Amino acid sequence: MSWVRPTDPVNVPKKLKVSQLCEICHSRKAVLKRPKNLQKVCKECFFYVFETEIHNTIVSNNVFYRGERVAIGASGGKDSTVLAYLIKLLNERHNYGIDITLLSVDEGIVGYRDDSLATVMRNQKQYNLPLEIVSFKELYDWTMDEIVAVAGIRNSCTYCGIFRRQSLDRGAEKLEIQHVITGHNADDMAETVLMNILRGDIARLEKSTAIITQSKGSPIKRSKPFKYAYQKEIVLYAHYKKLDYFSTECTYAPEAFRGTARELMKNLEAVRPSCIIDIIHSGENLVLKDENERKKKQFTKNKNQEKATSAKKSTFVDGNRCEKCGYLSSNKICKACTLLADLEKSRSKITLENDTSMEGAARVMRTLEHLSF
Amino acid sequence: MIKVRVEFLGGLDVVFSKQRVHDLTIDAEELSMQGLIDYIVQNLITNKNDVDVFLEDDNIRPGIITLINDTDWELEGEMEYEVCDGDVISFTSTLHGG
Ligand code: SF4
Ligand SMILES: [Zn+2]
Ligand SMILES: [Zn+2]
Repeated sequence: MSWVRPTDPVNVPKKLKVSQLCEICHSRKAVLKRPKNLQKVCKECFFYVFETEIHNTIVSNNVFYRGERVAIGASGGKDSTVLAYLIKLLNERHNYGIDITLLSVDEGIVGYRDDSLATVMRNQKQYNLPLEIVSFKELYDWTMDEIVAVAGIRNSCTYCGIFRRQSLDRGAEKLEIQHVITGHNADDMAETVLMNILRGDIARLEKSTAIITQSKGSPIKRSKPFKYAYQKEIVLYAHYKKLDYFSTECTYAPEAFRGTARELMKNLEAVRPSCIIDIIHSGENLVLKDENERKKKQFTKNKNQEKATSAKKSTFVDGNRCEKCGYLSSNKICKACTLLADLEKSRSKITLENDTSMEGAARVMRTLEHLSF
Repeated sequence: MIKVRVEFLGGLDVVFSKQRVHDLTIDAEELSMQGLIDYIVQNLITNKNDVDVFLEDDNIRPGIITLINDTDWELEGEMEYEVCDGDVISFTSTLHGG
């Protein structure tokens, strides 16, 4: 599906009241109220403050170094499209001296990912950036469509998420790039903080608010320059700049936007827009006790039930490699390889079933054999 | 007669016959946003089960950005805004895709 440019309004207000003016330049009509501080701003001032805030986030966190090669995880969706556009713009405006490549993962979902990849390919031309596509099929010999056919639709996102994460790393490795940036925004981060609090997942909570993450021993770091950028502002930025992005929902997640933590967030935001940033700050300020101390305590508590597995577990920390594929893993075999092994099992089972049903004659024979007279 | 262009963006078009742009001519002297939204729900949503993708508790669902001539409708009086001939009104989902 091709992209349709949003229509430019033709009705322009003739006389503006003072209360309608932008609170930064005091001369143009305000078009939005910024969710983080409720400031009313015009289009031009919005572009300026939004871009400058992202720039400040990048500079104050030393996200890039001069000469660094960076891959942008590009899905064709709104966040990564705005990210690609902005990072290119800021790199030129502020002379970061970085080298940018778009990196996309083709999960193999007909009618969804093939369309979104078409968007990425248009972006590649529009922004004049190199593009690399890695596919599940070439890396794992499975497409998501095939995975869903054997594993069912319910687990699709589990498989997809684990394989995609690894694919981005492998793609970066192939390009000899050690830094992947993604379009995760403030809403995503606040949602993750909330979910980790609800689940009591302390280990993840600490990691979830970091702008740059790197696993021990992994050559590839990840960062989120949109950490403090509101989803609403990203979408408005794309809208006003008329950026070409893809917004069809994945075939396997028709209900994904209903009844989730995201919904809770949107309702909270409607009451008090600053809550998104507030939740992130809360997450950042939850300082936890020293990790070893915490583990010791937990260990004594769970000693009995964990006795059997603890010896094996404690030797595999973050920074080990999967015995099968060499990917970084906290277990002997990485999650992707474990999932793959399960999939292979189901594939052979299904092939077997298909074979018998196809060979009609043989099946009749077997059925006959089972009949007792 | 009021002519108005309505756009459903960011993936919202799925519940509007997959059509992003709808040019409407509404037979009325005056039309508020509330009236326009009622009209949209009655005439443009093909499957009534999809109404809650667009509305929640009779208001625009949180997570959908409503723009009146490119200005956030919260600066224009929301449901009370009087729609003018030639207005461009867009609804953009921030919840779809990623
Ligand atoms: S929604 Fe689709 S693309 Fe996203 S993780 Fe699930 S299966 Fe993959
Ligand atoms: Zn201004
Ligand atoms: Zn592995």
